[in-house]
Amino acid sequence: MENSIAWIFIFPLFGSVACAILGMRNGKICYPIAVLSLAGSLWAGIETLQQVINSKDHFISYVWGGWTLDSYPRGVGIEFHVDILGILITLVVLGVGLIVSFYSKLPVQEETPGKEPLFYTLFLLQITGLAGICLTGDAFNLYVLIEVAALTGYGLIAMGSNRAAAATFNYVMLGTIGASLYLLGVGYIYIKTGTLNMIGIQEAIEANGLADSATMQVAFVLVGMGILIKMAFFPFHAWLPNAYCNAPTTTSCLLAPLVTKVMIYVMIRMILSVFGVEFTFESTLWTDVLPWLVVVAIICAAVMALAQREIKRMLCYLIVAEVGYMVGGVWIYNYYGFIGSIFHVISDACMTLCLFLGTGLILRKAKTTQFDGLRGLFGKMPLTMTGFFIGGFSIIGLPPTCGFFSKWYLITGGMVSERWEYMVVLMFSTMVMVVLFFRLIERIHLAVTESGKNLGHGHGDLGLTAEQTRFDEGPLSMLIPLLVSATIVIVVGIYNQEVVSLIEIFLSDYDLPRGTGH
Amino acid sequence: MFEDGSIINELFIERLNYLIYVVLLLIGLHAMIAKNNLIKKLIGMSIFQTAIILFYVSIGVKEGASIPIYLPEHDPHGSHASHSDGNETEQANHGPVVLDAELVKGYSNPLPHVLMLTAIVVGVATLGLALALCQRIYQGYGSIEEDEILAQIEKQEIRAQSRNNPKQSEPKVVAKKTPATSKPKTRISPATKKSSPSSKAKSVSSPSQSPATKAKRKPASGKVKSAPKSKPVTKSKSTTQSKSSPVKSRAKPAASKSSASSKTKPISKAKSTGKPKSGAAAKKSSATKPKSRNPKK
Repeated sequence: MENSIAWIFIFPLFGSVACAILGMRNGKICYPIAVLSLAGSLWAGIETLQQVINSKDHFISYVWGGWTLDSYPRGVGIEFHVDILGILITLVVLGVGLIVSFYSKLPVQEETPGKEPLFYTLFLLQITGLAGICLTGDAFNLYVLIEVAALTGYGLIAMGSNRAAAATFNYVMLGTIGASLYLLGVGYIYIKTGTLNMIGIQEAIEANGLADSATMQVAFVLVGMGILIKMAFFPFHAWLPNAYCNAPTTTSCLLAPLVTKVMIYVMIRMILSVFGVEFTFESTLWTDVLPWLVVVAIICAAVMALAQREIKRMLCYLIVAEVGYMVGGVWIYNYYGFIGSIFHVISDACMTLCLFLGTGLILRKAKTTQFDGLRGLFGKMPLTMTGFFIGGFSIIGLPPTCGFFSKWYLITGGMVSERWEYMVVLMFSTMVMVVLFFRLIERIHLAVTESGKNLGHGHGDLGLTAEQTRFDEGPLSMLIPLLVSATIVIVVGIYNQEVVSLIEIFLSDYDLPRGTGH
Repeated sequence: MFEDGSIINELFIERLNYLIYVVLLLIGLHAMIAKNNLIKKLIGMSIFQTAIILFYVSIGVKEGASIPIYLPEHDPHGSHASHSDGNETEQANHGPVVLDAELVKGYSNPLPHVLMLTAIVVGVATLGLALALCQRIYQGYGSIEEDEILAQIEKQEIRAQSRNNPKQSEPKVVAKKTPATSKPKTRISPATKKSSPSSKAKSVSSPSQSPATKAKRKPASGKVKSAPKSKPVTKSKSTTQSKSSPVKSRAKPAASKSSASSKTKPISKAKSTGKPKSGAAAKKSSATKPKSRNPKK
């Protein structure tokens, strides 16, 4: 289908309008609208992926509003560049959106009663914004879509408790600073290049020899800072844990896997398609500084995750650590590092989704996500906990899961480019994650209290009665998405070669060093 | 001092707009980060965004240039053009015509201004949403001062923890009693020494409980204490009369108190039989407790 790229947006966009209008009469109609529109959008996404793979340069250009590519300068209309990286991340966004929308039926009804139309309107707009970020080829359009995703995200988070509203306020402040810095950077790019089209910008940089221009350096710093704030890179992560912990269950399931990963995609896009590899890694000082910041970021985030006594908050700090992984993979400036980063964006979205869906079910049944409230949960809800721990094992990086393979490429990249500090930190953080998840398993299987005292006779005796460990799974509408996402984690792991070969096709257009890069 | 090429000339005369935008940006950033009042933060955010708008508008400024609408002498649809050539008007009537590079010099670039229309819309949306959030925060916390809100959040967290602790620790103590008979005596004996009513509260609470929660528990009157105790006892003995008879349920803890002060066995028996119920009862009581506590604070 020729216009499948447009259909990716038409489904959720008009779905959200339909939710807003039809939902006023009957709130129950919103759930099917959301699921169906996302399913349609996912279908269009898969269609587009096939088109991109079959096209000559693995690249499709789609111009909105009747403009043509011949109009001068390039980028007077808004153009969407769809390459393999963009469509892969879009598929991740749409897939996560579909799974979460299926999951959302009960939590939304219970946590925000009477607000279903509002919730689903924002939900679908959020996905429209995130998918748009992945596909757009226009630097200013990217800003607008980032703000679309951010504003809907603020609304979704603030639907939680009062605490969530207070956390959202901080998020609004930091998010606005980040997006505004990005906008400022785009302004500087525009001064120098006279275009906002990403390909046009890169062409102008190469043609006019702007690599040494101070204006472009400033633009790079501003854009980079803005994106780092938005992706919750360590020193700027302060908004993330509070916002995601206090948000309603569905919101945190949707935002936690997607928002930070999509911003990492934006960083990769900015480096490869806008500023260019040469400019980014040769002309700026970031190559010297950022890998060390990554080291600090991963260590701090891992240690903070270790200090948490509550699952959701622990996962939030894990996200911050994972962001450090991916930023590091990009900035070690290596072919394998890039493969690792892009693959980790995909696999991290899958496993974070898995963990947050599991946490939502745990919260629903156990009424708490404190570590001590989890004893005996494996007997009570074995399927949920299996799904949850598949996500956990993927975060650690155990072989059949996708987390193992992405981490493998990251470590390979670190080794090949001789960034030993990055490798050591990856190992350290893996160790911390082993401690985190096996500590959880210990809590769940053994009767050990927070202070380490053993309560039962030994293994398996939790000091709980039959009633407390009776088989009691969550509702199917929530359990199935969790199991599906756990399956995806394993399937992506098993078929990692297919994903990696797609990423390799994408990266073959760019001149990345396979050695040390110096 | 203001001769061409000097820094001062460049900063204050040629690029005054950019200087002002940087100053405004920093003022806005300072207000967003350092101010305590949420509304003041929002004012800072507005200044911050306005500074960027000023920057973009400054890019598009061109001295002596006109807005990008055909000047009368350039207008292909206008009187000048139609007089000169008949064929040209026919073409031109169908739409806009690209002017020669020479003629374009008189117009300013519209693109930065158009971009700022979008940015203003985004800014207004953000501001509106943030104001709505402020209202919500004010309804929830009764304040828009950040430090007061943080203090309240902290207080709530401590309260939530003290609410969680008995719930979690209660089964632990029970679990300890059943397998090992020697340990519970030593654990409970210090509690029994203090005073008989407080010993009850202690046996429910964990040994590792923080002093703060203990202190909170003590000032609570006998009513609150009797509530959690009465339920397990009454339920283990007779399932039918639990809540309905407050007199009985109050009398029974008193009876069990006297026995408890001397020996620990009866309690442990009662609890070992009614373990799950006691857990459930503790949950109920923990749900009712805060209500009774809150008005006192």
